[in-house]
Amino acid sequence: MDMPAQKKKLGLRERYAYMTRHLGWETTYQPMDKVFPYAEYEGIKIHDWDKWEDPFRLTMDAYWKYQAEKERKLYAIIDAYNQNNGHLNVTDAKYINSIKLFLNGISPLEYMAHRGFAHIGRQFPGEAARVACLMQSLDEIRHAQTQIHSLSNFNKHYNGFHDFTKMIQRVWYMSVPRSFFDDAVSAGPFEFIVSIGFSFEYVLTNLLFVPFVSGAAYNGDMGTMTFGFSAQSDEARHMTLGLEAIKFMLEQDPANVPIVQRWIDKWTWRGYRLLTLVGMMMDYMLPKRVMSWKEAWEIYFEENGGALFKDLARYGIRPPKYLEQIEFDKDHISHQAWATFYQYSALSNFHTWMPTDDEMDWLSSKYPNSFDKYYRPRFEFWRKEAEQGNRFFNKTIPMLCQTCQIPMVFTEPGDPTKTCYRESDYKGSKYHFCSDGCKDIFDHEPEKYIQAWLPAHQIYQGNCFGEGADPTSKDFNPMASVLDYWGVQNGHDNGDFEGSDDQKNFNAWRGMATNNS
Amino acid sequence: MSVIAIKPYVGEEKDRLENFHGAQILFVGWEDHLIFCAPFCFALPPDTKFGDVVGGVLPGAFSYHPDWAKIDWAKAEWFKSGQPWKPVFERTLAENGLHHKDVLRFRTPGLTGIAGTCS
Repeated sequence: MDMPAQKKKLGLRERYAYMTRHLGWETTYQPMDKVFPYAEYEGIKIHDWDKWEDPFRLTMDAYWKYQAEKERKLYAIIDAYNQNNGHLNVTDAKYINSIKLFLNGISPLEYMAHRGFAHIGRQFPGEAARVACLMQSLDEIRHAQTQIHSLSNFNKHYNGFHDFTKMIQRVWYMSVPRSFFDDAVSAGPFEFIVSIGFSFEYVLTNLLFVPFVSGAAYNGDMGTMTFGFSAQSDEARHMTLGLEAIKFMLEQDPANVPIVQRWIDKWTWRGYRLLTLVGMMMDYMLPKRVMSWKEAWEIYFEENGGALFKDLARYGIRPPKYLEQIEFDKDHISHQAWATFYQYSALSNFHTWMPTDDEMDWLSSKYPNSFDKYYRPRFEFWRKEAEQGNRFFNKTIPMLCQTCQIPMVFTEPGDPTKTCYRESDYKGSKYHFCSDGCKDIFDHEPEKYIQAWLPAHQIYQGNCFGEGADPTSKDFNPMASVLDYWGVQNGHDNGDFEGSDDQKNFNAWRGMATNNS
Repeated sequence: MSVIAIKPYVGEEKDRLENFHGAQILFVGWEDHLIFCAPFCFALPPDTKFGDVVGGVLPGAFSYHPDWAKIDWAKAEWFKSGQPWKPVFERTLAENGLHHKDVLRFRTPGLTGIAGTCS
């Protein structure tokens, strides 16, 4: 019998199909709906999982090859950077505070993203989708670990890096990134892939890993630059995967459209709120500025995102809600955020400062509609007070938004002089929000968000005091005890940059490296 | 449906009144004074006199502002959940009809912050 001659080599598409398709089977001990219990309850209807396309057709062999190569380069650069005391080549020790935020607030999210993708890689009934999620899950744990490795060198020299696994769980403002992920991982697999694969990757990491990481490069931090750009090559893949997941859902059944639309609305808003922190990092924490937060937002969200929503219009998807407000607020949120961290600096794990004249002029030129009118007078007042020995440390607990958990610092749409208050009643209790966007999210699933662990209220409930604290004793100092619970070393990790250990040490070490006295 | 879940469940309300050891939460914001980045959150027993809140609690939070000393409380305008509202200073929070997690704002006519910028 003649065997038909096989082609010598399979095409990429065929090869990918053999590696990822039809590897599963109909289970026999338990019915399929019990094996995949999360597949249907969100209301998303999938008729044919074979229509799933992974745009990168990634399989393990290619994965190891590329990632090993990248990792070798990354570690070579990190080693050289560390051995060369590269930390002394950053523009100013102020810069280091921005990567404290990175390690404490973002690296643990990478780990949580790993868990989330591992989970949905188990729960999706389609094999190709499962393989793609597994690949992303591997990326995410690599990112967590390369970031921890890269930033560990700073922990040898500077304060505030020492206890990030505790701080992400305890420090008040860390409840903002943490609750974002808690919301995502406690949703079903389809909402998760929209929340992280689309919103987090598209709205947030794009702005973090491109303009902010360029900022790290401009400020002489080769370590952060290297892990940042290494991660970004994966992020581009993640964004494409998130987008593919959305298109797949939209193509499978028209009934999926309104559900996906609601998730796009919700997660664009949540991602946008979380991104406030990155806006502040770019406008205030990089001694050498690269581009303003507003410019970055215009390129990476308005232009790129605008093109994306045009592309999705053919499925019946409209751009996310509240874009008009978001556009107005791009002149304001980074300043509002820095004002917040400046005044709550005693209750934080990094240092803050008031901008210099030169920096204020840069802010005026980048924010001609807002900085001089609303923020410069406030900042100049604080600077003058500080010069007179009256540096403002706000020590009263602020009111938080029930959904995003950010203090209620945002202003009314169109009026930057009025705090925005929104509220809802649910089962006889009141809940408060910073915006219509956050109120909408609560109102759709109140039973979920009444469980929010709001640090402000937890402190008053007595759940945030240091180990062995006795709140009934006469000399009990609640603030010191809360800092102890957070793992913040009072007088070292917190307060103004001026006079900090970091400032003194950096200047002394740099002095030793550059002269002989 | 109040939550999208794999099976029916009831969420635990983390901020129930009884979790605050006899106090209730009161939020207070000062209009036109955004130097305080957000309204404040206080935990106070419901039998606290409203006047004691204004005279004893609020100064710790707000008196950093140079406008604080200039406030004429007789002219201050109060809002509860955004609606005009009149407190009785001699009465307690409970007698003033303030419940757990109510939000108050006060406006001090003529005082508009640092250099009139609502800061």
